[in-house]
Amino acid sequence: MSEVQISERHPLDGVIRTDRMPHIWCAGCGIGIVMRCYGQAILDSGIEIKNHVVVSGIGCSGRVAGYMNMDSYHTTHGRAIPFATGLKLANPDLMVTVFSGDGDLAAIGGNHLIHAARRNIDIKVICVNNFTYGMTGGQAGPTTPLGAMATTAPFGNPELPFNLPFLLSAAGANYVSRWTALHARQVRQEILLGFNKPGFVFIEVLSPCPVGFGKSNRIEDALAELSMYRDRCVLVDKDTRIEQVGIDLREEREIYVGNFVDRDQLPYTPPRFKEEQ
Amino acid sequence: MSKKTVLTGQHFMHGDHACAEGALAAGCRFFGGYPITPSTEIAERLARRLPEVGGVFIQMEDELGSTAAVIGASAGGARAMTATSGPGFSLMMENLGLAVMMEIPCVLVNIQRGSPSTGLPTMAGQSDVMQARWGSHGDYAIVAYAPWSPQEMFDLTVLSFNTADRYRVPVLLMADEVVGHMVERVEIPATGEIPYWPRKRPIAPPNGRFLPFLAEDDDLVPPIAHAGEGYKLHFTGLTHDAFGYPDMTATTHHDLVTRLKNKVGRNAKKIIRVDEYYLDDADIVVIAYGCTARSARRSVRLARQKGIRAGLLRPITLWPFPEERLKELAMTVDSFIVAEMNLGQIALEIERIIRGPVKGIFHAGGSMIAPEPILQAIEEANGV
Repeated sequence: MSEVQISERHPLDGVIRTDRMPHIWCAGCGIGIVMRCYGQAILDSGIEIKNHVVVSGIGCSGRVAGYMNMDSYHTTHGRAIPFATGLKLANPDLMVTVFSGDGDLAAIGGNHLIHAARRNIDIKVICVNNFTYGMTGGQAGPTTPLGAMATTAPFGNPELPFNLPFLLSAAGANYVSRWTALHARQVRQEILLGFNKPGFVFIEVLSPCPVGFGKSNRIEDALAELSMYRDRCVLVDKDTRIEQVGIDLREEREIYVGNFVDRDQLPYTPPRFKEEQ
Repeated sequence: MSKKTVLTGQHFMHGDHACAEGALAAGCRFFGGYPITPSTEIAERLARRLPEVGGVFIQMEDELGSTAAVIGASAGGARAMTATSGPGFSLMMENLGLAVMMEIPCVLVNIQRGSPSTGLPTMAGQSDVMQARWGSHGDYAIVAYAPWSPQEMFDLTVLSFNTADRYRVPVLLMADEVVGHMVERVEIPATGEIPYWPRKRPIAPPNGRFLPFLAEDDDLVPPIAHAGEGYKLHFTGLTHDAFGYPDMTATTHHDLVTRLKNKVGRNAKKIIRVDEYYLDDADIVVIAYGCTARSARRSVRLARQKGIRAGLLRPITLWPFPEERLKELAMTVDSFIVAEMNLGQIALEIERIIRGPVKGIFHAGGSMIAPEPILQAIEEANGV
């Protein structure tokens, strides 16, 4: 029998506020995986931690700001992106990342999301999409698939959800990707790539919410949801049409993952004084 | 237009422009805003002027975003401002609470128009003054000024930035359409004569022990550190402890909210400003602010010409309200007349303080209150 090695250190020591552990998330939740990917990408980025800032809104994913050991701002519901916009423009040396959820970013913050993408503001947005409002107990939101059960959609969600990559592409984002909490390596690489990509970067990460979404939608547990991702995820290719990558869980349809948009539009730069003609 | 930051000299200047120039002179380097009458000229002026002085102007998608961006810019160390009118001010109430809770300084300008709802976009009102005090949910305190001239649009904008930074509190410049759109003489001092009160900053280095929400000084204001300085701080709208970490306990909540409210209350004497005319021997005192105080001063002068001992108290700070001065006056004054362009808002505060009724000259907005009805009220009070 080999000797068990106990490490006193965790690879993410330094980027996580260990004094804030344990976190608030339920067993099986995917947010922690995504936070870990973000932390690892920060360590890999070569950018000093003091120049990384995380801004979040409200909800389970919004709590990430409180767990990252760096300058962090836990703002109002939906307003993480405009807060981050002001911060980045006031101090362009900062690497500003918005880490929040689908409800926060695409519903109450939806207007800010599309306008920041249109302006191509140089911020990185990590959107954990769990198809529901987790913290308030599983209500329908802008990403809840048609027909899915939610506490505010007891007869099945009557609304069509956003296809987030399509929305962000149309709005003008420089870089748009989607992965799932199962794709930890890809998420980490994608965030790292985002740090090096000027302009508005949007990374959607599908995540299980076993308590708020899975339970009422016949997904046995978080593992079952991850298995579903494994079975149904298809890597985007040149023939994939972005308007068709919306998520519909009713049928055995593909879930498209990968990079959808990679443009090189110049990021927003504040106007500078010009001598008048 | 000049590329100078401070336009030292005599000007014949628009009130909204004087506000914009006051912001630049105070060191404002970020403006996030959304067009709305009658405040738009502030945004237009700063869209041209901020790039000239190395600052950032951005037109946001709405006033929710404007206010969030302003607070974000201030968290990054910039003096930051937005300007709006009633409908936009309603949207700003959400993030006003965030700025209060995070103790991030910011200046919000409201050029008031006829309200509620869309109301009278191009005409004056003073009906957001209670909203300024209570508009965001919860118990909190802010500072609000009411300028009555383009000169004060300049001076009080400078003061707004200084007060916001000094006390880590949002400051609301509650102007009105008359003052915002008035063109009058404005004297801009030399650069070295513009007052500048810096933010209180941490003494401990970034790796030392610094509790960003521990108020150790008598003024209850903790020092502030900015993003990127290495302090690794957490700011949240949730109830938080001295570290800035969420703490969902009743004791922490009570202590925090009490301190945030007392921060303004305990420093009220230093913050409060009033302007007074003929109060030494006055039996009848008119209280008015903003553009209405211009009419009220005329009424009081006319009354004096008729031998009536009338005076004017003009609160420059609406919040905190000059409570002590009013209490002093209440000991000798026979009657109080309150003139305001709303249906009686500050009058409520005055009645609370003097513990008695006031005579109100109220108008819902749309046109300035003329000197005559105020004079008539003075004469009636004198005849009693």
